[in-house]
Amino acid sequence: MSSDGQRRIERWIERRLPEWQRLDAQLPALEDRRPLDPEIALEAIRQYPEVARDLALAARSLPDGRVTVYLEQVYGRLHRALFRPPRAPLGERLLDLGNELPAVCAELRWHIAAVTIGFLLALTAGWWLVATFPELVSLFASEAMIATVQRGELWTDGLLNVAPSALLSIGIFTNNITVALTAVSLGLLYGLGTIYIIGLNGLMLGGVFAFTAQHGLGWRLFEFVCAHGFVELTAICLSGAIGWYLGEALARPEHLTRIAALQQRARRVSGLIATVVSFLVLAGLIEGYLSPDPAVPLSVRLAVGLGSFAVLVLLLGGRWPLGRRRRLRSGAPSATSGTAPAPARRAGAAR
Amino acid sequence: MNAEPRVATVTGVDVALRVAGPGARSYAFLIDWHLRLLLALAWVGVGLLLGRAGMPAPWQLTLFLLPSAAVYLLYHPVLELLMHGSTPGKRMAGVRIVMEDGSTPGAAAILIRNVLRVLDSLPAFYVVGLVSTLITRHSTRLGDLVAGTLLVYERPGAESADTFARDREAIARHGLENVELARELLERWKALEPQVRQRLAHRLLERLGDPVDGAADEIALRRRLEAQLGG
Repeated sequence: MSSDGQRRIERWIERRLPEWQRLDAQLPALEDRRPLDPEIALEAIRQYPEVARDLALAARSLPDGRVTVYLEQVYGRLHRALFRPPRAPLGERLLDLGNELPAVCAELRWHIAAVTIGFLLALTAGWWLVATFPELVSLFASEAMIATVQRGELWTDGLLNVAPSALLSIGIFTNNITVALTAVSLGLLYGLGTIYIIGLNGLMLGGVFAFTAQHGLGWRLFEFVCAHGFVELTAICLSGAIGWYLGEALARPEHLTRIAALQQRARRVSGLIATVVSFLVLAGLIEGYLSPDPAVPLSVRLAVGLGSFAVLVLLLGGRWPLGRRRRLRSGAPSATSGTAPAPARRAGAAR
Repeated sequence: MNAEPRVATVTGVDVALRVAGPGARSYAFLIDWHLRLLLALAWVGVGLLLGRAGMPAPWQLTLFLLPSAAVYLLYHPVLELLMHGSTPGKRMAGVRIVMEDGSTPGAAAILIRNVLRVLDSLPAFYVVGLVSTLITRHSTRLGDLVAGTLLVYERPGAESADTFARDREAIARHGLENVELARELLERWKALEPQVRQRLAHRLLERLGDPVDGAADEIALRRRLEAQLGG
C-alpha cells in the first residue's frame, strides 16, 4: 500500500475509534437476554451498517490485519444480537409445546402405529419362541435371572433390599432413556437401526413373559410391571417412531438435500423427544419407588399405571387442559409460528 | 475440512465463522465432563456429610442422589441453553455453539445435538464423534450435523478497540503496518523459535528507527519493541 493510502487508513481508524469503543461497551448489554434500554438498541441498529462498511473497508485494505479480525468479531456479535429471534418466557414456551405435540403426533401417526404393531409382533414372536423352545430363554435373560425364576421367584422380589429406591430409579431411567435415545439416534441408519432396537426389545419382553408364565409367575410379573410399564413401553414405541421418521428423511428427502430434510424433521420432533424423556424419568421413578414395594396393592398399581398413561395420551392428543386454554386464549389453531398471541401478531404485521 | 463457513448478512458483508477442530472440542468436553462429575459428586458428598455417619434414610438418599443425577445428565443441555450456546468448558476453550447461520441455537437444536451424544459416544470415548469431526466439512460431530449447529472459536475481549486506542501514538510515529507487525511479533513471541524471533525483532527495530548494534539478549529486544509501541 502506498504511504498516502496508509495514512488515509490511519486517519480512518483514528476517526472511527470512539465509535468502536462505544460499541465495545454496549455489546455485553446487547447480548444479554434481559430487557434492553431502547436507546442502546437504537444505537446498535444505527451502528450495524456502519460497522459493516468499516469491515468491508478493513478487509480490502488490511486483509489479515488485527483491525479486520477485530471488526469481524464485533460485526458478528452485533449481527447475532440484532437478529436473534424473540424469546418467550418458559411458561409460555411450555404451553406452545403442549399445542405443538398433537400436531407432531398426528404427522407421525402412521410411524407410531407401524412401530407399535411391529413391537407387538416382536413381543408375540418372543413369547412363541420361548413357549415353543424353552431353552431359547437364554437368549433373552441372564443365567441369574433364569435360575431365580426356576426357583419360583421373580428377580424383582426383594429388590428394595438390594438397592435403595433412589439408586434403582436412577439406574432404571438412565437405562430407559439410553434405549429410547438410541432408538431415536439409530434412525440415522435409514430407520433400520430403530427397527432392530424395537424388535429386539419386543422379543426380549415377550420371551421373558413367556418364561415366567411357564413357571407360574406371569401374573406376578404383570403386577410388578403394570405401574410403570404402560408409560415406559409407550415412550419406547414413540422413540422408535421418531427414529423411523428421521430415517425416512434420509431415505426419501423429497425436494430437500438429505441433511436439510433430516435437520428439518429433527427440529420438528425435538419437543416430542423431550416429552418422551420426561415420561421415562417418571416411569423410572415409579419403577424404583412403587413397583418393587410389595405393600402396594394391585389396584393402586393399576391406577398409577393407567393414570400416568392417560396423562401422556391426553398430552399427545391435545386434550391437556393447559394447551387447550392457550389455544382458546390466542384464538389460533397452533402456536408454533410465534410467541405473541395471534391478534398481536396481526397488528404487528399491519404496522 | 473445507473453507470456513460464512454468514451472509443483510448489508452484503459476510462474516466468517472460525470452526473449532477436534482439539478444541475435546478440550472443552474434558473440562465439562470433570466439572459435571465434580458437581454431582459434591452434592452427594455434602449430603452424606450432612447425614452424618451410617446408612442414610431412603428419603435422604433421594435428596442426595436424584439432584446429582440431574446435574450429571442435564449439565450440557441446560447450560448450553442458559449460556446461549456455551458451557464453562467451552468458555475456557474459547469456543461456542452457533447455528449454521451464525445465530444463537435454540432449545430444539440444543436438545437434538445432545440426544445424538448417544450415537457420537459409541463404541467408547466418543470415537464416532471424533471420527466424524475429522471427516466432515466443518469438523462437526453427528449431533451438530443433525441439529444444524457448529462449534466455532470465539474470543470476545481478546481484541478490543482500546488496543488500537493505546497504539494511537505509536501508529502516528511508525505507521499502521509497522505497529501491526510489532504487535503480531509480540503476540507470537513464545511460539516462535528463539533465533527466528530475534532475527525478526532486529529487523523490525531497524524499521522502527531503533536499530540494535551487535548482539542483544531476548529480554532486551522484547523490551525495546514494547517501548517503541509505548507499552
